[in-house]
Amino acid sequence: MSALTFLIVAVIKIAITIGVLLTVVAYTVWLERKAVGRMQNRWGPSRVGPFGLLQPLADGAKFLFKEDVTPPFVDKKLYLLAPVLALVTALTSIAMVPIGPIVHLFGISTPVQVTGVVDASGHASDINVGILIILGLTSLGVYGIALAGWSSNSKYSLLGSLRASAQMVSYEVSLGLSLIGVLLMSSTLSLTGIVHAQFGTYFGFIPHWNIFRGQFIAFFIYMMAAFAETNRIPFDMPEAETELVAGYHTEYSAMKFAMFFMAEYANMVTVACVASIMFLGGWSGPSLPFLPMVVQAFLPLLWFSCKIFFFLFLYIWIRGTLPRFRYDQLMAFGWKFLFPLALANVVVTAFFVAIRA
Amino acid sequence: MHLFLFLLFAMFCVAGAVNLLIQPKTINSALSLIVVMGSLALIYLLLGAEFVAVIQVIVYAGAIMVLFIFVIMLLNAGAEEQSKGSLAAKVLGIPGLLAGCAIALGVFLKHRPQEELIPIGALYGPADKVGMLIFTKYLLAFEVTSVLVLIAIMGAVVLARRSDS
Repeated sequence: MSALTFLIVAVIKIAITIGVLLTVVAYTVWLERKAVGRMQNRWGPSRVGPFGLLQPLADGAKFLFKEDVTPPFVDKKLYLLAPVLALVTALTSIAMVPIGPIVHLFGISTPVQVTGVVDASGHASDINVGILIILGLTSLGVYGIALAGWSSNSKYSLLGSLRASAQMVSYEVSLGLSLIGVLLMSSTLSLTGIVHAQFGTYFGFIPHWNIFRGQFIAFFIYMMAAFAETNRIPFDMPEAETELVAGYHTEYSAMKFAMFFMAEYANMVTVACVASIMFLGGWSGPSLPFLPMVVQAFLPLLWFSCKIFFFLFLYIWIRGTLPRFRYDQLMAFGWKFLFPLALANVVVTAFFVAIRA
Repeated sequence: MHLFLFLLFAMFCVAGAVNLLIQPKTINSALSLIVVMGSLALIYLLLGAEFVAVIQVIVYAGAIMVLFIFVIMLLNAGAEEQSKGSLAAKVLGIPGLLAGCAIALGVFLKHRPQEELIPIGALYGPADKVGMLIFTKYLLAFEVTSVLVLIAIMGAVVLARRSDS
């Protein structure tokens, strides 16, 4: 593949990925309003388009045309930098995620992954520290929230971002530790490699996914830590509207607020992608040989989308079900329960991996 | 290309370090330090040490500096007061700086590595190789460092928990 083809393919892949991601983000918001509405016995959005399907577009237009207020006593540079930082780190992580296997189109073969390439032997390969880059970007995402609260020069914002930074730093530990078991079992840090290690089945019907290979507890630790990491209910103290108005983005309006909003949902999608790849076998799934070839080519993408949808719906479902934790409960839960459990999981997994080696 | 990128990131690194010193606001200094850490990570990446680069970002930019910013926010530290600067610093500052640079340059030139210099991008540092080195060749140093960190943590807990009664 020449340098020019590589560049063109990369740009096309980036454009498609960002387009799809932003659409998913917009319609996750719609799905959330609709589903939570039904759970609370009301309609949710129903006016704009059939079933309110055009609501995200209307919301986007509203955000663009609203007055953009900058309060007079903010630290101007950091105030503008914060939403950009939050959104950039949230959108960049998706580049590491392998969405599907190699596709052959117009004589070019490339994996469905922004940072993926086909190597000399014809196998898909990607950055061999992919999962660490996602964790690194997640940890940089804290700055968007921390700086938003600091630069706003308002006590609600400051309290919200203090809570957010403490919470995200604490839960990052359990989040990282819960993934170590999976990494030990697949002995690679490359996300494509991790997916490939999960192909196949036991007894012909139980998939060879990490969740069925002893990483059951790690999966739940990951999910709980991820909920806290993305500041979602039941861990949404940083923006608890009953206590802090809107937390760290109290002073933001119009598109700058929308950027925080998009960052939160993009992070949810990334978390869902990582959970599917690490525990549910990524795009692997049952092959359905009775379907026509054209449909079969799309099966991996279908399986991956189903898994993502499952996690996004889980987010919404839990939001409609659980109340908010108290802040001290949150910290105690993170450090006294999740952290030791994650450590124990690492030790036990390492023990079994060592025995089998 | 590699040389250009190296110079670019090295420049970012030095600019961040200088900005760290001259900024009156604590939070801006902390942010400059993040720029320094990030540029260092990119330089590691140029050398081909991707694992070390990512760890640099996660540990320094993602964890340690977040705590710095957290403390600055918690204490609500504003702009620091600038002193006029002492007379000795004014007189001896620039000659001292030049002398220091000259000594450092002399030492570097004298002890230049005799073997051929490694070109940028020639080293390859995947995670498994780094792990093997840490747990075989540098095992003692690694374990002693972790004990040292543990002692520091315990010391911090003892100091924080000490009651006045």
